[in-house]
Amino acid sequence: MSEQVEIDPEEPLLELRGVSGGYGQVQVLHGLDLTVHPGKVVVVLGANGAGKTTTLRAISGIVKVRGELRFAGQSLVGKRPEAIARLGIAHVPQGRGTFAELSVEDNLRLGATARRGNGVEDDLARWYDVFPRLKDRRKQEAGSMSGGEQQMLALARAMMSRPRLLLLDEPSLGLAPLVTRELFARLGELNKEEGLTVVVVEQNANLALDIGHWGYVLEAGRIAVQGPAEQLHDDEAVRKAYLGF
Amino acid sequence: MQLFLEQVFNGIGAGAVYASVALALVLIYKSTGLLNFAQGEMALFSTYVTWWLAAEKDIDIVPAIVLSCAFAFVAGAAIERILIRPVEGSTHNPLNVVIVTLGMFLAINSLALLIFGTEQEQMPNVFPKDSYDIGGAALQKETLGLLAMLVGECAVLWALLQKTKLGLRLRGVASNAESSRLVGINTGLMLMLGWGFAAVLGALAGSMVASTRTGFDASLMQIILVYAFAAAALGGFDSLIGAVVGGLLVGVAQSLTTEYVTALDGIETVLPLGLILAVLLVRPNGLFGRRTVERV
Repeated sequence: MSEQVEIDPEEPLLELRGVSGGYGQVQVLHGLDLTVHPGKVVVVLGANGAGKTTTLRAISGIVKVRGELRFAGQSLVGKRPEAIARLGIAHVPQGRGTFAELSVEDNLRLGATARRGNGVEDDLARWYDVFPRLKDRRKQEAGSMSGGEQQMLALARAMMSRPRLLLLDEPSLGLAPLVTRELFARLGELNKEEGLTVVVVEQNANLALDIGHWGYVLEAGRIAVQGPAEQLHDDEAVRKAYLGF
Repeated sequence: MQLFLEQVFNGIGAGAVYASVALALVLIYKSTGLLNFAQGEMALFSTYVTWWLAAEKDIDIVPAIVLSCAFAFVAGAAIERILIRPVEGSTHNPLNVVIVTLGMFLAINSLALLIFGTEQEQMPNVFPKDSYDIGGAALQKETLGLLAMLVGECAVLWALLQKTKLGLRLRGVASNAESSRLVGINTGLMLMLGWGFAAVLGALAGSMVASTRTGFDASLMQIILVYAFAAAALGGFDSLIGAVVGGLLVGVAQSLTTEYVTALDGIETVLPLGLILAVLLVRPNGLFGRRTVERV
């Protein structure tokens, strides 16, 4: 199934060099460079249409791109999404990607598709522990849950694959502020306690930068500004120009 | 009363065949969102394969059907991979695939004519030709056989979809293709398997129904396909249970109209249309279809 690759903590887990591409004739990314080190939370910010979602879709292989795209030393260029998932990249797409007609538990079991070995039952129990709401609703149709519950489900579904890299696209979209805060708190815990590596695209720059280590600001398909998360957070000029707060 | 019962029995037998083909249609519709107009002709070709194995190669009818189902599975999967997939996908107009299945309808029918000829052929009996007496009404053993086929298909499908990892993945692809790829499912393989299973349902229905008739030719599945579409629409197109209930309803309604509604004499075939219209006016998503509601 998935090929295990040794990770040198000094080496980046994910590296994008001069990545260009988009949808058909429409080029969205114009020579994007992005580096993610293991155990870090990387926040990708930027205006609508800057290419944030496309960046994630390029990493997980849904959008075909040119340039260099390496994960744990392996090139991802030309690989299909299902193969990339099996390398240990879990992508929660915008809109959460819920299997709406399936039960909550079936959603979680599908999340375990890419992993090898057993322990699926133990992991189910574990994520039910972390998100008790999901346990209460395990037999329920996933699509009938609230947006917040579905986002929790999406996170748990991604974690069922025991990913080495988690890609999250606008997790706060459509969620109440309280729910968003809870979600980011969980994400922060996962990163701190288990060293989960995360790339999160987010409109809510404040919350995301709070748990992030490094931030990128995208503009028109390339990196405009980057730096340590707290620095971006406090930089007046960057905030005014790109983050809108 | 006896006549009524007999007509109901006959309707159930015919309905089991419509339901089988409707199951095949729904299986493909659920996974790809597309109506396979060639489903009936694919079944016809497999029916000829069954007949050829049984009548020309002297293989017993049951193993002949099993072999024919295996052929149908491979052919169905190959059709998905070779003819459907290249014209499918987000960058293509979804109508392209519909046109391809219409083309397949004609092509497979012609191919069957070319290989097997225009003569009426006789399929060996699968079921005994006698009947039980139920309160004076004759219940053909064939009817029970067709019903048993349908029940068996439902049981296998249910076990496959609800109890196996493969079934979970098939349901995943039907529910959300992109998410399926993102969790690591080979969606292409799942679609091939789906087409294979659908083709097997058609092969069973075609072979069985041919064996209950005095003869069959290349037009065998055409009317059946129309009734199967009616059944699927009645059931809601995305519901396997709906396909079964719809198939049986259409079969019984057809049989009763033929007997009792002389005004429709000779044009009974408009009945399924009327039925579909009536149901869809009241329930736009069919009897068992789900209304698409998305929460954000």
